[in-house]
Amino acid sequence: MDWTFWLEWVLKGFVLCLVLLTGFAYLTYYERRALARMQNRIGPNRAGPQGLLQPIADAVKLFFKEELTPARAYKIVFFLAPIVTVVPSLIIAAVIPWGTSFQLFGRTITLYVADINVGVLYLMSIASIAVYGIVLAGWSSNNKYAMLGGMRSSAQMISYELALGLSFVTAILLANSMRMIDIVNAQSSWWFVVIQPVGALIFWIATLAEVNRAPFDMPEAEQELTAGYHAEYSGMKFALFFMAEYQKMIVICAILATLFFGGYLGPFVDKFWFLGPVYMFAKVFILLFFMIWVRATWPRIRYDRLMSFGWKVLVPLALAVVFITATGILLAQELNNQLYFWAIPFVSIVAAGIAVMMIYRELRRKAYERA
Amino acid sequence: MTVDLILFLILALVSVSTALGMLLSRNTVYSALFLVLNFVTVAVFYLLLGAPFIAMAQVTVYAGAIMVLFLFVIMLLGTEVLPASNILPWQKPLAGGLAAVLAVEAIYLLLVRARSVAQVTSPDVAINSMDNLREMGKVLFSTYLLPFEVTSILLLVAMVGAIVLTKKEKA
Repeated sequence: MDWTFWLEWVLKGFVLCLVLLTGFAYLTYYERRALARMQNRIGPNRAGPQGLLQPIADAVKLFFKEELTPARAYKIVFFLAPIVTVVPSLIIAAVIPWGTSFQLFGRTITLYVADINVGVLYLMSIASIAVYGIVLAGWSSNNKYAMLGGMRSSAQMISYELALGLSFVTAILLANSMRMIDIVNAQSSWWFVVIQPVGALIFWIATLAEVNRAPFDMPEAEQELTAGYHAEYSGMKFALFFMAEYQKMIVICAILATLFFGGYLGPFVDKFWFLGPVYMFAKVFILLFFMIWVRATWPRIRYDRLMSFGWKVLVPLALAVVFITATGILLAQELNNQLYFWAIPFVSIVAAGIAVMMIYRELRRKAYERA
Repeated sequence: MTVDLILFLILALVSVSTALGMLLSRNTVYSALFLVLNFVTVAVFYLLLGAPFIAMAQVTVYAGAIMVLFLFVIMLLGTEVLPASNILPWQKPLAGGLAAVLAVEAIYLLLVRARSVAQVTSPDVAINSMDNLREMGKVLFSTYLLPFEVTSILLLVAMVGAIVLTKKEKA
């Protein structure tokens, strides 16, 4: 434990935070431009070439806005809630590997902050802590709309955490490890999205609900709740909520890329270390585009349907997928026949198809009853 | 070892003060938040003892799921601020007496058993690996199979009960 070890650690943490903060600023620009393109508009294009300085202009605006605190708010919690929301969105990125390693001044420098053997569990525990910021913001505002937003988000996040955890289990089963590095290395021949496409899909849907993105943006449904849990926040405190949401989007896409899309792996990545972050960035960029696309395409779903979709469709389907994956791996091992292993994707897709058919029949039945 | 000791002392201070804050706060939401902090410090104790799995499970289950539900109920009931008057006058002396008994027992055991406690070696490095988790799973499904299954049936019964209670009765 010499001082260079500490220096390396601090520097890596600092760089990671810097990347996430810059990523947040430019993700807002990316989202606005992409949404505008899909809606036949131009989007922000005035500040700097192609509007590239727009995030900086927004930041300056938010810094100079007046901050209001409601007279009957619970002051301490009202002040702490934005901080409690931002911190998990930053520290959750610590276990994500961004590349292999390189030599500098005779030291091997690895491209991740922490390599812990229960990396996936770490992700789960931080994700479950992230609920507090929103709940406390809703409660401490002492405003019924904010309160309802906070309640909705806590119920939603707890419900979808189950499906999220089960889709983590499929990746753990396939990699036979909870370390993020092992999970990436296990995908050197086949990405897990090929072996378990349904698991990746469940992860994707559950994380959209976890970060409160459209079509699951219930906690801040404008028409019903004005702005939900952050209705009473202004200025920099509001910016912190905004920041947490976009950082969570980036981190979630990075986790999805790591667990199911091969992480930093790509051609020639073991020869040139700098290709790792490049591949990772490209994957995150593409996955973020899908998130924006979903927002531009689907309307918000009704709250009771959101809950019954989570509990009655996603959780049973995720359980079935975990069962199918475990059985396939075990049969392939015991009977020494790779055919069972390759049956996993097909059986999972059949299970997902049955789930979709059951939803369809249920909706048909309800429409019939109403008519 | 000294770094561990300093960490332990700071954490002990934090955990005891959060526990006290939980008991003494008249606002139930603050009490719940103190309890969350307490759970997190306990998780860090587990990390110090070289049990990362239990630490993460502690944060996920207690701090992340159970306490969120507690907060949920407190906020929905709208009973955040407790009345200043004491409803149970006999509670405080009784609690004080029982706490004194517990403290005497703890000090007695500490003094009598001090030698054997000192012989406890620090956790092995090998425990701090994936194999530990694998061993734990194997033990759960072989030696402790019956308690494990009984627990899961108990949880299932509780879950079914909760769902039945929330269902509207058909007239």
